[in-house]
Amino acid sequence: MDFLGILQILDSTVRLATPLLLACLAGLYSERAGIFDIGLEGKMLAAAFFSAAIAYTTGSVWLGLLAGIAASVMLSLLHGLASITYRGNQLISGVAINFLAAGVTVVVAQTWFSIGGRTPALTGGARFYEITLPGAEALSGVPVLGPIYAELISGHSILVYVALAIVPLTWWVLFRTRFGLRLRAVGENPAAVDTAGVSVVGMRYAAVVICGVLCGLAGAYLATGLSAGFVKDMSAGRGFIALAALIFAKWRPWYALYACLLFGFLDAAGSRFQNIETSAMLVVILLGAVAAGLVWAGRKSRLDMAVMGGIAALLIGVIALVLGGVGLTGTATIPVQFMQALPYILTVVILAGFVGKAIPPRAGGEPYVKER
Amino acid sequence: MTLMKKLLGAAATLAISATGALADPALVFDLGGKFDRSFNEAAFNGAERWAEETGGSYREIELQSDAQREQALRRLAEAGSNPIVMAGFAFGSTLEVVAPDYPDTTFVIIDSVVDQPNVQSIIFQEHEGSYLVGMLAGMASESGTVGFIGGMDIPLISRFACGYAQGVVAANPDATVIANMTGTTPSAWNDPVRGGELTRSQISQGADVVYAAAGGTGIGVLQTAADEGILSIGVDSNQNGMHPGQVLTSMMKRVDVAVYNSFTAADAIEPGLLVLGLAEEGVGYALDENNAELVTAEMIAAVDAARAQIIAGEIAVHNFTEDGTCPVTMQ
Repeated sequence: MDFLGILQILDSTVRLATPLLLACLAGLYSERAGIFDIGLEGKMLAAAFFSAAIAYTTGSVWLGLLAGIAASVMLSLLHGLASITYRGNQLISGVAINFLAAGVTVVVAQTWFSIGGRTPALTGGARFYEITLPGAEALSGVPVLGPIYAELISGHSILVYVALAIVPLTWWVLFRTRFGLRLRAVGENPAAVDTAGVSVVGMRYAAVVICGVLCGLAGAYLATGLSAGFVKDMSAGRGFIALAALIFAKWRPWYALYACLLFGFLDAAGSRFQNIETSAMLVVILLGAVAAGLVWAGRKSRLDMAVMGGIAALLIGVIALVLGGVGLTGTATIPVQFMQALPYILTVVILAGFVGKAIPPRAGGEPYVKER
Repeated sequence: MTLMKKLLGAAATLAISATGALADPALVFDLGGKFDRSFNEAAFNGAERWAEETGGSYREIELQSDAQREQALRRLAEAGSNPIVMAGFAFGSTLEVVAPDYPDTTFVIIDSVVDQPNVQSIIFQEHEGSYLVGMLAGMASESGTVGFIGGMDIPLISRFACGYAQGVVAANPDATVIANMTGTTPSAWNDPVRGGELTRSQISQGADVVYAAAGGTGIGVLQTAADEGILSIGVDSNQNGMHPGQVLTSMMKRVDVAVYNSFTAADAIEPGLLVLGLAEEGVGYALDENNAELVTAEMIAAVDAARAQIIAGEIAVHNFTEDGTCPVTMQ
């Protein structure tokens, strides 16, 4: 693995992490205000479709982006109406939004374009292209730093930079402004906010609308930045991965960035390395280290120990199989399925053992009732 | 008495007209959707051609999840549809269970083998068609490295990959073939973003021709290949027109012909195994005005010669599904 190869994986990491990051921050705003949102997936999907459809019909990707955001915000408001105004169950409303988006996008696409739930391929001004930052060409000759700047930092779609800029912005808004303080308070103790004379309903609506805007960006990036057009179910579970990243990040903006980059990296590595052939010794050492780490991580509680010990026992079983199959000196093949499952395996392991206790906002999931 | 006669007569007429109307054929699409520009769309086109030519009508079901397979088959069988054609290897285990319950209905399954007295199994020799497009890839590649992107790591897709790799090596013995799979869940057939990333990863490893056998994911592969200025190869349907001048060719799998023939034969379908290869024109490569400039006369001559040799049995293309191994190593 040479330097350029590593850069390309990191480059791919940034591209794959961006939709996750936007969706994760969207969930962050919503859940910090006490509204659980498992409808991220559906909002992304709706935004992906409407951004591609409008970008195709108007030829302008910016109009497409606005349409995508509008679609996503509409779904957000629907979620708000059900769970804030009518105090319905937030999880059920979220699931309903996922189903609604999956169906509506395909039906509308078929009615508009009659090519079976897709949009035509976008061309010209209807797509976000990769932009080259100033100086990328000139600096590319500089050793080490040049390629890093030219390959990794420069050469992404504008939405990638927007997403990265939203991370510090979110931190600033949530932790350094009055609005942010109230938003967090609404998620922790809405009665106190209400007593202070601030509208709980208004704050929560503001949060879900921000959530809608960010999901809209994520969906538009999928359809008009990463690919050129909408395909049925193209969000492919990214909204749920973003939720996992949000818990992993303990509802904090900077941690959300790291979590999404980690998931993006695992995804990129899983694409780049499939069916790795390596010496059995390395595999045994790696698996052994992971098993030991798991047991160590689970040492504090009996329940953790049971889960971690179980996974560790499984790994030791794999070690035994490898040793029995090829011996310590042979070569073992890590199958492609394992590489593709790696992000999910790590999610379980990380969530169960390494983040410590992830405590959601205290009033999360509960509709606010003024008088008791 | 006369009233009774009239009633009985009416009932009988109704029954006759009912059976007449219900003997329509039916088609079940697999996950990925009717308009995937690929496998399912080919099946749909065959059915549409039949409907246009005969003026008949047919029933169709588009699956939304794996759990609906059995339900869809039983519903069609109980509604009296005959024959029932299903496009997709994944119906195999379901049909094994359903077919014995409806002995009077004829089932046709494409891409899988089900051994039941009322089932016709249609298998395509994808490795032969893939061999031909592999030869084209091997000749068109300047870097000597070509790529393959499959949907899932299943024997059917490995058959595509292995045939392709053999063709590449036949045209250019020093060539390297990189093979990647998209995923392990049904979304692997519908993830153009991941398809695009895999394509970029293969380009970074030197590939300049990429063959996609991954349903809707292939749309992303062809798009990225066109964006990055390399050649791609489509699959199942003729995808040359998706990016004119940038799709080298398409491996045609005539699912449309299979569906059309099944619908036309109707009651005359012979249960058992039907293998469609190069000789039966069941597979082949697509040549039209979109890729005329990419495929030279020499390339056509070489591929057509190989085609004739495969039909004559002089070249044996190894079938991955026979023993689960491939004579050519892929990275």
